[in-house]
Amino acid sequence: MPTLTRSLMIASAVIALSACAKKTPEELPPPPAETAQPAPAPAPTGPVKGSQEDFLASVSSDRIYFDTDKYDVDAEDQSTLRSQAQWLAANPTARVTVEGHADERGTREYNLALGERRSNAAKNYLASLGVDSSRITTISYGKERPVALGSDEQAWAQNRRAVTVTVQ
Amino acid sequence: MNHFSTLTAFFALMIAAPASAQLSVDVTDDSGSASLKIAVPRLPTSQDVATPAGSTAELGDKIAQVVADDLKNSGLFAPSGPSGMRAVSMEEVTTPRFDSWSGFEALVHGFVRSAGGDSNITVGCYLYDTALKTEMTRQGYVVAPRDWRRAAHKCADAIYARLTGESPFFDSRIAYIAESGPKDARIKRLAIMDSDGANHRFITNGQSIALTPRFSPDYRSILYVSYIGKRVRIFVYDIGTGKQRLVTESTNATFAPRWSPDGRTILFSMAVAGNTDIYRVSAQGGVPVRLTNTPGIDVGGSYSPDGSKIVFESDRSGSQQLYVMGADGSNPYRISYGGGRYATPEWSPRGDLIACTKIAGDFHIAVMTPDGKNERILTDGWQDEAPTWSPNGRVLQFFRTSAGRSGISQVWQVDLTGVNQRRLPTPLSGSDPAWGPLLP
Repeated sequence: MPTLTRSLMIASAVIALSACAKKTPEELPPPPAETAQPAPAPAPTGPVKGSQEDFLASVSSDRIYFDTDKYDVDAEDQSTLRSQAQWLAANPTARVTVEGHADERGTREYNLALGERRSNAAKNYLASLGVDSSRITTISYGKERPVALGSDEQAWAQNRRAVTVTVQ
Repeated sequence: MNHFSTLTAFFALMIAAPASAQLSVDVTDDSGSASLKIAVPRLPTSQDVATPAGSTAELGDKIAQVVADDLKNSGLFAPSGPSGMRAVSMEEVTTPRFDSWSGFEALVHGFVRSAGGDSNITVGCYLYDTALKTEMTRQGYVVAPRDWRRAAHKCADAIYARLTGESPFFDSRIAYIAESGPKDARIKRLAIMDSDGANHRFITNGQSIALTPRFSPDYRSILYVSYIGKRVRIFVYDIGTGKQRLVTESTNATFAPRWSPDGRTILFSMAVAGNTDIYRVSAQGGVPVRLTNTPGIDVGGSYSPDGSKIVFESDRSGSQQLYVMGADGSNPYRISYGGGRYATPEWSPRGDLIACTKIAGDFHIAVMTPDGKNERILTDGWQDEAPTWSPNGRVLQFFRTSAGRSGISQVWQVDLTGVNQRRLPTPLSGSDPAWGPLLP
């Protein structure tokens, strides 16, 4: 598919460039381990296998972040999505929705389209890791559901995101 | 529901004085001082009888108030009354005592009559030039008592049109999104109101996000985006029946709905595998036709009044810019070259201008001619977005969002001079205003 090809081409291009662009917001979860590793088996007393709690406890992050008006998946995002793909491999009946979001500094309809780009970029990367794309739906919230309420660069960086949520 | 059919003009328009020496107002005067002094005393009644909307004497007072408010809110007039003005007799309505209205350049008279009860009311509306002592226009309206505000808007429209030479616009309605709740969980409800904010009505209950409504040209239905079912889809809501249906069946997200000027075609945007393009579909349903085909975001769109062209927004050049194409998608060409980004283009119903959001640092409402030239920025908020034209193409409404953790949006109005700006009185915060045409 042209879009997938294009996203992956952009993703590859950005890997090469990622050293020069620090784009992640200040308040982020700790970075994931460098190398791919199998998703940890849930502890006997831990969250129910396949649940949203299990997903959150297992992946390095449920979300990836984007630069202003961009939707490419960089090396850090790939690492996050790899951890999600591993969880999906370990929970073959689980389904997820990827929610695409934009910051408030865009017009409403353009931001809906931008959120579509972002959720699909995450979906395409998960699919490239072997997750059956029929297990992944997407939805764009544009600028309608910010997580950070401020009107500054740090808040906007947290809001430009694609969040993977399990479908129960 | 409105009852348009009950509103009929029953007087022929009568114009008395020669045009050369008459009062007039220039809607393009941006000096900010174009305020013609108009007296709007209470409309007398021949016999004070009760109606479901109040007695005819009360209606005479309320109608005069709405006329004065409409004229004032246009920014072009300095109306006085009805409070603080002497009572006017029925005889004076057709034979004004001009000597008692010194200090005013124009005088509005009228009357309210009713046979009582549920029967229609008759509202007369007269405009006089107090210097020339001449009648400039007279109109009459027969409406159901509950539609008394429409008679008032019609009267204000007649005065506005006579004094400015422009088409009227007060007797029209607005669909918009009423907002409440915190910024990260905002409740967004489809709502409608008259052009002055009156007769406000919520349509959706807020359980699902509602966005970007558009009144159909006949006011019978509203296109809007709903998140019901946790999907992004366009619905057509029928105001008469309260039922709604999908514009097109698709697993893809559909958004940014627009009507063609004749109401027969719906323009919409659809994201397929993350790529958004513009499509059109018959308002009756059927197979959508794709109009744009680029890897960029092509979104929104607005028909020229004759339906032959569409102005839309695309980032195919790398940033949001405005393009014009044929209604069949042919020959797209970029029109915006003024620097910065451009979004949400709306073609004026007069055809002479395109309004848009200009993003250059902050977000502004701007207009340009359809060739992309003669750009003018009209507003200066932190984030002013998504203009919608008044039916006469002389006034724009838009929404203004404030920065910070509250992030409140409000509906604002500005005329083409940029001088006359005001916030619309809505019961909650508001966004995405969409102005309908002049009511039939």
